Amino acid sequence: MTIKGKACVVGAYEHPVRKAPDKSVAQLHAEAARGAMLDAGLGKQDIDGYFCAGDAPGLGPLSMVDYMGLKVRHMDTTDTGGSSYVVHVAHAAQAIASGKCNVALITLAGRPRSEGSSGTQARNYGASAPDVAFELPYGMATANGYAMVAKRHMHEFGTTSEQLAWIKVAASHHAQYNEHAMLRDVVSVEDVIASPMISDPLHRLDCCVVSDGGGAVIVARPEIAKQLKRPLVKILGAGEAAKGQNGGMLDLTSSAAALSGPAAFAEAGVKPADIQYASIYDSFTITVLMQIEDLGFCKKGEGGRFVADGNLISGTGNLPFNTDGGGLCNNHPANRGGMTKVIEAVRQLRGEAHPKVQVANCGLALAQGMGGNLGSRHGSATLIMERG
Amino acid sequence: MAIAEERPIAAPPVNPENERYFEAAKKGVLLVGKCAECGQHHFYPRLLCPHCNSENVEWVPANGTGVIYSFSTMRRGVPVPYTIAYVTLDEGVSMMTNIVDCDPDALNIGDKVKLVFRNAEDGTAVPVFAPA
Repeated sequence: MTIKGKACVVGAYEHPVRKAPDKSVAQLHAEAARGAMLDAGLGKQDIDGYFCAGDAPGLGPLSMVDYMGLKVRHMDTTDTGGSSYVVHVAHAAQAIASGKCNVALITLAGRPRSEGSSGTQARNYGASAPDVAFELPYGMATANGYAMVAKRHMHEFGTTSEQLAWIKVAASHHAQYNEHAMLRDVVSVEDVIASPMISDPLHRLDCCVVSDGGGAVIVARPEIAKQLKRPLVKILGAGEAAKGQNGGMLDLTSSAAALSGPAAFAEAGVKPADIQYASIYDSFTITVLMQIEDLGFCKKGEGGRFVADGNLISGTGNLPFNTDGGGLCNNHPANRGGMTKVIEAVRQLRGEAHPKVQVANCGLALAQGMGGNLGSRHGSATLIMERG
Repeated sequence: MAIAEERPIAAPPVNPENERYFEAAKKGVLLVGKCAECGQHHFYPRLLCPHCNSENVEWVPANGTGVIYSFSTMRRGVPVPYTIAYVTLDEGVSMMTNIVDCDPDALNIGDKVKLVFRNAEDGTAVPVFAPA
């Protein structure tokens, strides 16, 4: 059963907060949910499906459904890290297509900035994680995992730090117009290279922001979507995949987007060259470059040349990306950027992105999520949407 | 960049499946998984073959030499800089590790490295590598 045309995104809301020491995580989820309901023109009595991931507090959907006073008949707690919310949109479409719910709410929120989170901290997923004993002692954090991917890419394909820097430069060109973005200054390639080396070859400006906040999206049956007063955004196709160390037969040169991408394009019946706007997960500059190659926007190994010289800048480049400023400049709530990827793609398809970065007549958009760590094990999710 | 001081190594959480690995490390041995059915090595070692799903798995000593697949030195946001790496062992599997006793700026992908050990904060022996 395909999800093509079976569901629409009817509500989308990005919490404007970037530092929230005075709010609870549950409150941020609920404020984001309320924002998405107001955006859609729906009330909480209309919601009959709820989706959340590991950032939801307590018992996840049980705690949040209770907090928000929802009455739902379908729940999904798929957790693939930062890519979860891209997966959730696809799973919501599946649930709607199979009659399990009519209006699905997806929420994300967290306060890593207030809680002092950093990408240089070693990640401990707990003693029961089968890999942790073989990784925690070595100081496997977030930044150095992605840095090893970048280093290998440079070795295999001759990719340069200057090429990676262009990804941040493009994001900063977009972020200057976003009043909520954490970093609004336009930066140059030289600025990126001159910023402190965090974990080589990744500089500080190759890394995303750490922000508090959240977001929510509402997915509904097309018959319901057509009754609402918002531009139609149809779901055309989706794919999801996971990749790890493959029992030691390690390959850091490609990501699971090489699987999720083709699945999404096949279901949608479109090609990479048809995409007019792409939200691409940007935990680090290298994350973007890997996904651009693996989704087929260019050949493997040619990502460095593809992203250089402003090719990702809206209005001048061939592949306008992350026009909100992305995780690199705008927002990375809960250290999970998949939700904001969906939200900016919806804004583009509605024609509601900032006028300075709005893609003219944007009819086809892609939202790409990545979760976990590209340097060890990760999940990829690809979503393709169309203006109705 | 010379690193004068070594960082404290977090203790690996030992469990009933992986304790043999760390017991061997205490004796100076690095164990890798080897499947008696499909013949392939795997890492990290486990009791089911990740390649063919057989339970007929042995953990065998590795030669203790390999080459750097990739690496990165964490230079900011940590008390003491350190180099994380994947090393491809002679047995064909790659393992996450640290490169020690080295000038990180002089390392390259493809460099030959040899097994050494460091003690974690709780005294558990942890396999790491140094330039060969």
